[in-house]
Amino acid sequence: MSAHPLGDLLRQGPPPAPHEIAAWLRGREFPIVDGDRATFAFHGPASSVELVHWIYGLESSMAFQRVGGTDLWHLTMDLPPGSRVEYKLGVAHGHQQALIRDPLNPKLARDPYGANSVVQGSGYFVPDWVHEDEQARRGEMVSLSVPSRSFGEDRDVEVYLPARYRRSRRYPLLIVHDGPDYVRFAELRTVLDNLIHRLEIPPMIIALTASPDRIREYADDDRHAAFVTDELPAALADRWPLVDRSEARGLMGASFGAVASLAAAWRSPGRFGRLLLQSGSFIFTDIGRDHGRSPAFDPVVDFVNAFRDSPGKPSERVFVTCGTYESLIYYNRSLIPLLQNTGMDVRFVEQRDGHNWENWRDRLREGLSWLFPGPLWMVYE
Amino acid sequence: MGTRPVLVLGPQRHVPLVREALAALGCDDDHTPVALCSAGWEERELEHDELQEHVARPVVNLEVFSRVETIYREDPELHAAVRARHDRMRRLQALHQHRLAHAVDAACGLADVPDAALDMAAAERRDAIEAIRTLDRTHLDRLRGMHEAFWNEWRPEERPAVARHREELRNILRPCAALCVAGGHVAILLNRLRLLGVLDLCPELPVVAWSAGAMALSHRVILFHDSPPQGQGNVEVFEAGLGLIGGLVPLPHAKHRLRLDDPERVSLIAERFAPDSCVALSGGEMLAWDRDRWRARTRAEVLAPSGRLEAFA
Repeated sequence: MSAHPLGDLLRQGPPPAPHEIAAWLRGREFPIVDGDRATFAFHGPASSVELVHWIYGLESSMAFQRVGGTDLWHLTMDLPPGSRVEYKLGVAHGHQQALIRDPLNPKLARDPYGANSVVQGSGYFVPDWVHEDEQARRGEMVSLSVPSRSFGEDRDVEVYLPARYRRSRRYPLLIVHDGPDYVRFAELRTVLDNLIHRLEIPPMIIALTASPDRIREYADDDRHAAFVTDELPAALADRWPLVDRSEARGLMGASFGAVASLAAAWRSPGRFGRLLLQSGSFIFTDIGRDHGRSPAFDPVVDFVNAFRDSPGKPSERVFVTCGTYESLIYYNRSLIPLLQNTGMDVRFVEQRDGHNWENWRDRLREGLSWLFPGPLWMVYE
Repeated sequence: MGTRPVLVLGPQRHVPLVREALAALGCDDDHTPVALCSAGWEERELEHDELQEHVARPVVNLEVFSRVETIYREDPELHAAVRARHDRMRRLQALHQHRLAHAVDAACGLADVPDAALDMAAAERRDAIEAIRTLDRTHLDRLRGMHEAFWNEWRPEERPAVARHREELRNILRPCAALCVAGGHVAILLNRLRLLGVLDLCPELPVVAWSAGAMALSHRVILFHDSPPQGQGNVEVFEAGLGLIGGLVPLPHAKHRLRLDDPERVSLIAERFAPDSCVALSGGEMLAWDRDRWRARTRAEVLAPSGRLEAFA
């Protein structure tokens, strides 16, 4: 067993002097990851410090210990190889607790609510294809307002056109739920530029949709299904050349966006030959309707239960991902045999991560290149 | 290899060398046009502005891609026959890949043997590589057989649509100083060059080829990528090339597509395709066929059986 990362600071006797603590903190990367353990530290006045994370299966907050007689706090926890965990620190002063990012850790992951600190387990690395590659030609973003009879209003859609877009060729279409968030928090635009540049996916047109009321509209909603199945593809086909075959049409989304994708495909089998479902909120019940979650999940449960009763064959090829640290892992794992039994080609990938954008980002290469394989082997520019 | 002057270049996007290549071929007259086949760029084949600017002389695009599209429209029977042959070739390739995966696994598995068994493993590995070479040869023979059968049955060059375009191309090529063959989609480029018999239309014309262009003109077309997002990444013999470039296996973008720091993989490629030289073309290379052998006009490296990259001698 390796020595405790705090080493001599935990010795018996008089507390370590401030200069000893400062020396220990200096030049170290925090959290300290050693094999399958991670040690967090906090240095500052507090009455208690907690690690607040979103790992399903562990207590959602874990108390730090104070090094006696000092304002240095620490916590060591298991962190299996390849893990990636987002967290905050709950720092209390008496009855007042503030949720803050780890001041000793510069690694952050952003999401619509702000940013979290990130600890990366041994063996995890940020994929190189999420960073801008100066060799990669850039795609273009175009804004489009799509009239929707089903919603009774226009809907704004951002459209990604691949580099070297030409009217003279036809393109596959992928509709991405929460698309602008995928761009902001999962580097989707850069990922598309890079994967197309690397020939790992073909040049594609990507429609990035957003909803003003996603919890309602993404939960198997008639209007939403009509929009993504008929209205949006028709509006896009009016303006851009699209391949009109199911294997060149895809839906993608995470969380409720995955529910929306599967629900729309289920309602119109054969229209979307490719589905990328990330951390789908596929909550179901085996008996009764009590699912133990908020009422927002009622229509989701109704849909997933109905889907499980009569799945049909909504698509041809489905790529499903889910983090093992999500409560949704149980539901996603349960869905896989059902999807496979429909005769669809299904691939399921789990990873040691949570319900967050960088988890979804990290799976994009594998998912997109399997659903839409590019001319990698054939093109030598 | 014949006496026709041929130059093979590395990828042209970042280190354009076509102008220097034309000069090396003695094409000094800036008014004489050069012919370009950029069918590998498919519907973008006419976008050769950058090349035009670089060579600073007239560039005549042969429009091989669009000519074949026209031929397919005019001669749907021939088109159907070509598609049927491609379907058969795809099925054959899948069967070949299945056998190849096991053969490559066998050779790679012999790389990690205990020291005590090293001497025996070396012999086993040689045999395993020889098995891959046999597989490659058999596959290539079958592909050539398919082409021969197709040609004997359909005689494309005698069909009016093809014959008309061949005649037009012959006239276009006549005043040209050289034929440039650009990269892109290697199968599309190769199929269309073959269908129109472009090389036969200008048997004396010097040729400058790069990337997929060099691959299509070689004796066998080798596809390669060591780290694809899906699958094993086994280097594979894909097609019989047009045979103008012998003795070389051009490997464009080798730095990006191959794990050149992995001696085992480098060595396997080198030994598998020996005695041909597997040339890493990453940009800036120029190789010239000089009477009876290839010579490097600029720095160039080959994958060596030692597992290292060595200077092209």
